[in-house]
Amino acid sequence: MKYLDEYRDPQAARQLAQSIRRRTTRPWTIMEICGGQTHAIVRFAIDELLPSGLTLVHGPGCPVCVTPIEILDQAAAIASRPEVTFCSFGDMLRVPGSRKDLLTVKSEGGDVRIVYSPMDAVSLARRHPEREVVFFAVGFETTAPANAMAVAQAARLGLTNFSVLVSHVLVPPAMEAVLQSPDCRVQGFLAAGHVCTVMGLGEYRPIAAKYRVPIVVTGFEPLDILQGIAMCVGQLEEGRAEVENQYARSVRPEGNPTAMALIQDVFEPAARKWRGIGEIPHSGLKLRDRYAAFDAGRRFRVEAITADEPAECIAGAVLQGHKKPHDCPAFGVVCTPERPLGAPMVSSEGACATYYRYRRRSSRTRLPEGS
Amino acid sequence: MFLSDGLPMGKVEFGGIVKEACLSYTPEAQVGDYVIVHVGFAISRIDEAEAREIFSYLEQIEEAGLADDTPPAREASP
Repeated sequence: MKYLDEYRDPQAARQLAQSIRRRTTRPWTIMEICGGQTHAIVRFAIDELLPSGLTLVHGPGCPVCVTPIEILDQAAAIASRPEVTFCSFGDMLRVPGSRKDLLTVKSEGGDVRIVYSPMDAVSLARRHPEREVVFFAVGFETTAPANAMAVAQAARLGLTNFSVLVSHVLVPPAMEAVLQSPDCRVQGFLAAGHVCTVMGLGEYRPIAAKYRVPIVVTGFEPLDILQGIAMCVGQLEEGRAEVENQYARSVRPEGNPTAMALIQDVFEPAARKWRGIGEIPHSGLKLRDRYAAFDAGRRFRVEAITADEPAECIAGAVLQGHKKPHDCPAFGVVCTPERPLGAPMVSSEGACATYYRYRRRSSRTRLPEGS
Repeated sequence: MFLSDGLPMGKVEFGGIVKEACLSYTPEAQVGDYVIVHVGFAISRIDEAEAREIFSYLEQIEEAGLADDTPPAREASP
């Protein structure tokens, strides 16, 4: 497919990797923000092409992974109601809540549906005025324009049987939380190309300046990631800390102003809890008061439900780049994609699920070669 | 391209599979353009000139000798 295959060319990848090896004179640690990038790095073994001192750590950019357990409990409580048709992206269904996941709710008779787009949930609400249709609005900035449009369109159509359970998160506050952690070892970032496609580069410049950290907005194909790493290493070696754009075929410096305007209209910034990390101020979005009628949390009175994360899951340390999935004693033993303890083992963008799929054999202590 | 409940929509082909996507956020997109689609919404139109940039970058590193896999030339050993 055009704009895909040419970014996977092995010869060009070797050239880029060689240029990174020649340029690297010291050990560096770079975090890729987005779970989609983590998936590509592990799937294509990009990290194995890099010089040994150059370490990639995986960031918090997996929406399923960072959704706190209490939102899952709120979702299960709503989805269990007989009058509700609960719509969600597929990968949220197997994320464990404190007692059950949404798939279990479905098996117990709940009307839980997988949709491709939030607009599918709006259509369901139109076709079934007798049902309360609820959409599970999770995601980063990339998904916010779609979820904002679903709410705006439901308002325009005068739908009274549609609402959204919002758990929206934002990347820049999470980067600051990573940088402020006392255990932080991140010296440069590959920022998430599709988040920046929506939001532009503006929010990243103050972070690069304040923390003296290079930030390279990067795409998702192997050549994109290698070029992003080459640009980041170039900055680190030269002592620069700037915002650069590797993914200019999609990312404009100003972002997508039409999308940003509708996000602004529907949502406002709010404090959000992140799984395993805790509450980060201004790190999420909530519905503005004028759209409060579409707030499923209020409509079904589940806002008071809170829950603690399971103690044996180290998702917080994995999501902040302090630990790799292999460092967890539960990895591949009591925590697998079939029976996940935490969300990073569920989503294809989760670091734990990605390692489980492509790197089980690297976990030498428990799963030796040939097992 | 067509309107659905007042929203501009388009048919987008993904390597052989055709799906409908909302074009509200890419009013500049024309028939034949490449767009990035996320959960049913086109969020950007691919800039063709920028898409070729990585290949001029590769040429640059090749010219600078940064992409050469062979070891640097040395005096022949005696």
